Amino acid sequence: MSSIRIKAKDRKGLVDVKCLMKHNMETGLRKDKSGKKIPEHWIQDVSAESNGKVVFSAAFNTSISKDPYLSFAFSGKKGDSLKISWKDNTGVTDSAETVIK
Amino acid sequence: MDRRSVLKIAGAVSAATGAMFAVPRMALAAYSDAIFKQKAGADALQNAFGANATTPSDQVKLKAPDIAENGAVVPVSVETDMDAESIAILITENPSPLAITADIPAGTKAMVKTRCRMGKTTQVTAVVKSGGKLYTASKEVKVTIGGCGG
Repeated sequence: MSSIRIKAKDRKGLVDVKCLMKHNMETGLRKDKSGKKIPEHWIQDVSAESNGKVVFSAAFNTSISKDPYLSFAFSGKKGDSLKISWKDNTGVTDSAETVIK
Repeated sequence: MDRRSVLKIAGAVSAATGAMFAVPRMALAAYSDAIFKQKAGADALQNAFGANATTPSDQVKLKAPDIAENGAVVPVSVETDMDAESIAILITENPSPLAITADIPAGTKAMVKTRCRMGKTTQVTAVVKSGGKLYTASKEVKVTIGGCGG
């Protein structure tokens, strides 16, 4: 299953998007039991496309919480597609696609 | 090969490497160490938006709790009625204050909601870029348990 959960609902022409990404978002400041620093590992870039057009993009720092939550809104309509993808600092990417309700 | 042409080549090579390492002008909402690893909020804004002069504005609406029991998950939302190009959130007391930058293309509402980490009680500032200028709204969030690890 994809690491991203999306809810997108058309509210009178404005699509309300809520999404949750599953990611550890290590800050690089935390230490493990032996006192060694846990290397940073976090989502850097997030972007959202609806019908092939970028409707929202964001860059995250390590100060975004674990399993990041992101909410935004754009003008669109029910039945449009919405694709959200992220990329972390190790180059891993993931994406999920949904249909606006 | 005489000395002159050797020097010429060396010059050309160093110019090329210089160009390679010069910081390229990034698209706004793309991660870059030059922006996010800054220790001072003003430097981060300068590198992200090319300006760090800010004006407080009551049109920037920042929502965050007065007291956050758990600094690891603090809901923060920024909204504005202005015609915004991008939105950023600064958490002053964090090791690197800039938490997020978001690009708002035409047709997208000038709003972003997320959850941030806060190491300790801190000033949270919402920054909205509109018409090339930066507008802000700030609020203090009291943190009982820090969320930055350590």
